[in-house]
Amino acid sequence: MISTSTIIYEEEYQNLKNIAAKLCVEANARAVFLIDKNGQPIVSYGEMNNLDTTSLASLTAGNVAATDGLANLVGEKEFPVLSHEGVNRNIHIAVVAQRIIVVVIFDERTNLGLVRLRVRRAATELTGIIQTIHGRTQVEENSNGSDPLFLEITDEDIDSLFENL
Amino acid sequence: MTFINYASKEINCKIVYYGPGLGGKTTNLQYIYDSTASHAKGKLISLATETERTLFFDFLPLDLGTVRGFKTRFHLYTVPGQVFYDASRKLILKGVDGVIFVADSQKERMDANIESLYNLEVNLRANGFDLMKIPYVLQLNKRDLPNIVSVEDLKKELVRKDEPVFEAVAPNGIGVYDTLKAVAKQVLNELRKNGNGAGRR
Repeated sequence: MISTSTIIYEEEYQNLKNIAAKLCVEANARAVFLIDKNGQPIVSYGEMNNLDTTSLASLTAGNVAATDGLANLVGEKEFPVLSHEGVNRNIHIAVVAQRIIVVVIFDERTNLGLVRLRVRRAATELTGIIQTIHGRTQVEENSNGSDPLFLEITDEDIDSLFENL
Repeated sequence: MTFINYASKEINCKIVYYGPGLGGKTTNLQYIYDSTASHAKGKLISLATETERTLFFDFLPLDLGTVRGFKTRFHLYTVPGQVFYDASRKLILKGVDGVIFVADSQKERMDANIESLYNLEVNLRANGFDLMKIPYVLQLNKRDLPNIVSVEDLKKELVRKDEPVFEAVAPNGIGVYDTLKAVAKQVLNELRKNGNGAGRR
């Protein structure tokens, strides 16, 4: 199945946020991010400290994409888990349902083992929501129905976006 | 692949700048970054070698404004143009909504343009896209240099469908925004026409 747009509605967004919050608390992490595999940030929770979440999402997706490339080279389908250890901060990255990337930033307040355990648990909860999102997108694609949001967009709407460029 | 978040009211689209090495892809992004107001842009990320050749990608998020209450953001990426970075180029095209091909107008780079364009088609296909269906714009860069191919001859070799073609001098910004606007409009028009992403085979 190849979906053409990823659409997240309010209820799903809230569910994803709740899972991220729970993961952050239970793993005693500094922050948790959920990122679309194409590099779009979805949800963030925790101590942001002016962290550029857009850049983080793009770089993480690039990291995961490059790692997938490496995996294919050595005969693996993917390397779904990555960890980076720093002096003060560490990052744990996990791909869930081949669609969403979970990023956990943590420090000496916790340990990698606990983070991995909590991420595995969160992955089970996330998988159901992700399948709902992408299953719905496939239904919409098959029915060839247009999202009403896009039907309302006029030529003037599009032109006005570029007035300041 | 367009990303629509009804909770945060955001539409996010991905544009990729493609083309031969040293053709001006990164320069396009740098110009856009330097000339865009700070509230409308994020950080410019450049993953490059010590000699400033793009190694993996450049990335620049742009906030274009609001449409029907939804913030419209375009994520601009460039690919590394050097031939041996093909694996990376394929990855960067994943989930693309629109492509800008930056051609180098210099006579000695004509073969490189053709090879890169062919490579674009191959890598789009590998990602499930069809160049003939995806939002796409051709930029003829370096129009200020002395030893260049005529626009007519460049079009003859490089135009693939009836895509918009723009002449450019990227360091000065000539043609840079016209190119970006053209592909962004195509992306949004496709969203309006189809209700979701276009260009899939």
